[in-house]
Amino acid sequence: MKKLEYAFFVGCTPKQSTPELMDSTLAIAQTLGISLVELEEATCCGASHLQDFDDFLSLVLNARNICYAEKRGLDIVTVCNTCQLNLATTKHRLDSDKELRDRVNEKLKEVNLEYKGSSKIKHFLYALIDDYGIDEIASRVKNPLKNLYIAPFYGCHNIRPKEIHAESNGNEDPYRPNSLDRLIVALGAHNVEYEFKSKCCGFHVELQAPKTANVISGNAMLDAIKHNADTMVTPCPLCHLRLDIQQKNISKEVGQNISIPILHLPQMVGLALGIDEERLGLKNNIAKVEFV
Amino acid sequence: MKNYEIKRVNFKVFRFNVNLDKSPYYESYTLEVSQDDVVLDILNRIKWEKDGSFSYRRSCRHGICGSCAIKVNNKPVLSCKERVFDLIKIFGYELVFEPQDIKYAIKDMVVDKDRFWTKYNNVKPYLITNIETHPKEETVVTQEEAQMLEESDYCIQCGNCFYSCPAVQANVDFLGPAALLKAFRFNTDVRDNAKIERLNIVNEERSGVWDCVKCYECAEACPKELTPIDKITKLHNQIFEENLAKDNVATRHAVGFKDSIIKHGFLDEGELVRYSEGNVGVLKHLPEALHMLKNGKLIMPWQMPKSKNLDEVKKLVDISSTVKFK
Repeated sequence: MKKLEYAFFVGCTPKQSTPELMDSTLAIAQTLGISLVELEEATCCGASHLQDFDDFLSLVLNARNICYAEKRGLDIVTVCNTCQLNLATTKHRLDSDKELRDRVNEKLKEVNLEYKGSSKIKHFLYALIDDYGIDEIASRVKNPLKNLYIAPFYGCHNIRPKEIHAESNGNEDPYRPNSLDRLIVALGAHNVEYEFKSKCCGFHVELQAPKTANVISGNAMLDAIKHNADTMVTPCPLCHLRLDIQQKNISKEVGQNISIPILHLPQMVGLALGIDEERLGLKNNIAKVEFV
Repeated sequence: MKNYEIKRVNFKVFRFNVNLDKSPYYESYTLEVSQDDVVLDILNRIKWEKDGSFSYRRSCRHGICGSCAIKVNNKPVLSCKERVFDLIKIFGYELVFEPQDIKYAIKDMVVDKDRFWTKYNNVKPYLITNIETHPKEETVVTQEEAQMLEESDYCIQCGNCFYSCPAVQANVDFLGPAALLKAFRFNTDVRDNAKIERLNIVNEERSGVWDCVKCYECAEACPKELTPIDKITKLHNQIFEENLAKDNVATRHAVGFKDSIIKHGFLDEGELVRYSEGNVGVLKHLPEALHMLKNGKLIMPWQMPKSKNLDEVKKLVDISSTVKFK
């Protein structure tokens, strides 16, 4: 197999509140032999909030982010659903609207850059499943996660809107996604089927509407627990920040004690590949991962 | 006929009569379905062939009246538009028919849409303008002006977006995607004079645009493909453009990203929370912050990473910004 190489759009949380996502991503990439070239010039994607304030500015900044992958001749890999959404939306809008692309390029020209549209943008989950191959991963499992019931929590911005993601997420159905489920099974664990696996965690209103955010995450977590999940796994650090850090506040809001470890996607893969838990940053998780 | 495929499907159908039944129950009907059948055909056959008391709303049969919206395996559908074969592809051979919100079911698929219409009426969903009783000239709307509506006038009020919105379910005050889309529809109509009035309504905390959770359920649910969330984003933009943004946690949460990007390229997570909540409000996050600190999830201000070529970022922000926050 040709060695996979991507431009790695790290995003903001792996460098601050989710260092374990950074560590585990790099660890499994190394073990699997995937080369991740960090886009050191990249800025924040705007997280759908800068977009509310100044849409055009967010387009210019994200077009600049993509330019640096194009300059390296690489496709982009993201490790956050919201980064994925905002980069992919930028690409979609610029590729389908020449007038808009010209307006953005007029600004980029001032810093000697040009958006061309030559780099694809893909979440690490789909790079693993579709580019690397689920069978190839399965063949490298050293420590099957048997007897473990894992509830996949997909997160919104990797599956909706379908129109933006279909090309890069293997045409995942937003009402019945299955990529994470398939990966869980490939790693030797049981995938938990539950209604809320494709629902929202409420992260984006955590500050202005904490009650809404806590009710929404609580519903999802209670549903996973009701279906006997030992742990939940998510490809999105923003979902992780809610589900892992906010368990006390969520419990208070829903009136039930919720306590369940939450894994990042690469932490789960890393455990099955037999990577040392230190390198997967398990010590950073707030809800302790005690089944290891 | 060649290639005319027939499939046997088990339909598990929500049944409830608010006047007779203590609690809802599900009835199963096994039917043979052809590739041409839409969900409405199945609803009709259940009523005509199986149980005449079965109730559901329907009228036009052409995707324009918005009456026949239901949920199939939790996917919101417009019955007259959704092919059963497409649903089989996603969910297999057992399809569960439920009303849009089982908590508000009156009879079988029929729900009390009062909540939907109340919110809808709250945004002044009509043209507000001063026109002469006997105008001498026609009020012409050009093609370009009509395109500014981005097809939001195609909404058929089916309620699919409203009943699949998690913010509507968690927060009784939230206006929801259909009403907000309607506010956008009239706000962008060149003949309308009530844009500011409507923006003041949708700018309210708890009920307005700031409480959208950005999940994109509405974008998937809309049978007319109107992507209500994009219109909600545009209402946010209008609020800033018209200088109506109040100085509160939600607006600062949006603006704070720009300040961080200028300074670091990256978002400074800690500073965003402090700036959004204010120096006093931020204290309520202290318990989580301590947990994060203990677990290596909080960096100190001097450890804040910076993007390479930050001068370039500053220049782009300088020449590409389109709005200001007072």
